[in-house]
Amino acid sequence: MTDPKTIGCACATTAPMPAAKPSAGLARLLGLGLAGLAAWYALYSQLLAFSKYLAFDLAGLTPGSHLGEAVQFFVYDTPKVLMLLVLVVFGVGLLRSFITVDWTRRFLAGKRESAGNVLAALLGVVTPFCSCSAVPLFIGFVTAGVPLGVTFSFLISAPMVNEIALVMLYGLLGWKIAALYFATGIAVAIVAGWTIGRLKMEKHIEGWVLDIRAGEAALPGGRPTIADRLRFGFEAVRDIVGRVWLYVVLGIAVGAGIHGYVPEGFLAGIMGKGAWWAVPVSVLIGVPMYTNAAGIIPIIDALLGKGAALGTVLAFMMSVIALSFPEMVILRKVLKPRLIAVFVGVVAAGILLVGYLFNAIV
Amino acid sequence: MKTVKVLGPGCPKCQETYKVVTEAVAESGAQAQVEKVSDFAEIAKLGVFTTPAVVVDGQIKVVGKVPSKKEVLAWLA
Repeated sequence: MTDPKTIGCACATTAPMPAAKPSAGLARLLGLGLAGLAAWYALYSQLLAFSKYLAFDLAGLTPGSHLGEAVQFFVYDTPKVLMLLVLVVFGVGLLRSFITVDWTRRFLAGKRESAGNVLAALLGVVTPFCSCSAVPLFIGFVTAGVPLGVTFSFLISAPMVNEIALVMLYGLLGWKIAALYFATGIAVAIVAGWTIGRLKMEKHIEGWVLDIRAGEAALPGGRPTIADRLRFGFEAVRDIVGRVWLYVVLGIAVGAGIHGYVPEGFLAGIMGKGAWWAVPVSVLIGVPMYTNAAGIIPIIDALLGKGAALGTVLAFMMSVIALSFPEMVILRKVLKPRLIAVFVGVVAAGILLVGYLFNAIV
Repeated sequence: MKTVKVLGPGCPKCQETYKVVTEAVAESGAQAQVEKVSDFAEIAKLGVFTTPAVVVDGQIKVVGKVPSKKEVLAWLA
């Protein structure tokens, strides 16, 4: 999958800065936004017809043939997912201009466990986060007095449940699976964080972290204006979509290959419901693998189409996204090995439960 | 003489920030010393919890994103 070095950042830009220069005015930005939205919708509604035209009429491929199906899948899903991504990343970018890491930290500092776990897991979805920021963020939370378990709820949900994963699931698999993923991801973050809190593992944080008297910095800038926030949304699109589009295209290309060439039901024996061992094996394979949601979901989509069971596939995807080896290496700087082991163990157990649950009920 | 600190543990974004800052310093001809801060304890002491960040003469200028060269030039002026 992805080179661990590129773990670098799934990070979004944060805190909107008041613009250095007064450029595009509010009216112009709003006009641009509305025109963009209209154009977006017009294009989006034509994608399916266009993909069929492209694959079957223009390229002359036969509908139903291996190559024809693969090509049509690719030319339909790639623009569809990219367009959804642009829209949602923009919306989340706007939202993030309100919810900064600093705000989240202050907000959670006054919260008790339980309610705190729920809030932290939910805020993890919308607060900008990247794995290279995990350590400073951990220090920031702990020194601000956020309980350890609540901090973990945040650290689990932030990478696992994010707008990119949700958009891709919605675009490729429909809203039901996206909603399931959202709900179970949040549930794993809440329960795992709560469990870690109950285990009273504060002494397994490296001592120097607790000794830090974190400075209270005056953050730059005043209140951002609406124009600043809109500009922030545009920047988020450029930044995030600019970084993930290649994964999306590659992922969909692999997915298209599976879609066109792997026979229906091929995976039913290996990854189907009947194989009880499929869930733990998926998690075991998924933990050391690391890629972002953008790369893995098109593949997931194709696997599902070939008879893999939903629970098994969800468990695989969650373990790939939520637990990654490079992140553990980074966290080792602030956590003693036993706490890291507990973190991995508790989260993996939660993911296993999700996998079995869905295989049982769907 | 300004002191510019680039805060970050060494992720790609932090390196990018460092590059932008050094380029801006060279371009502006300002008297400035650029320093990389990668120690987490030190970063936290400065009150920063999202990296990369840039601190100019003790004042935090940007947190959690790579600044543009234009922004950096404005801080140096």
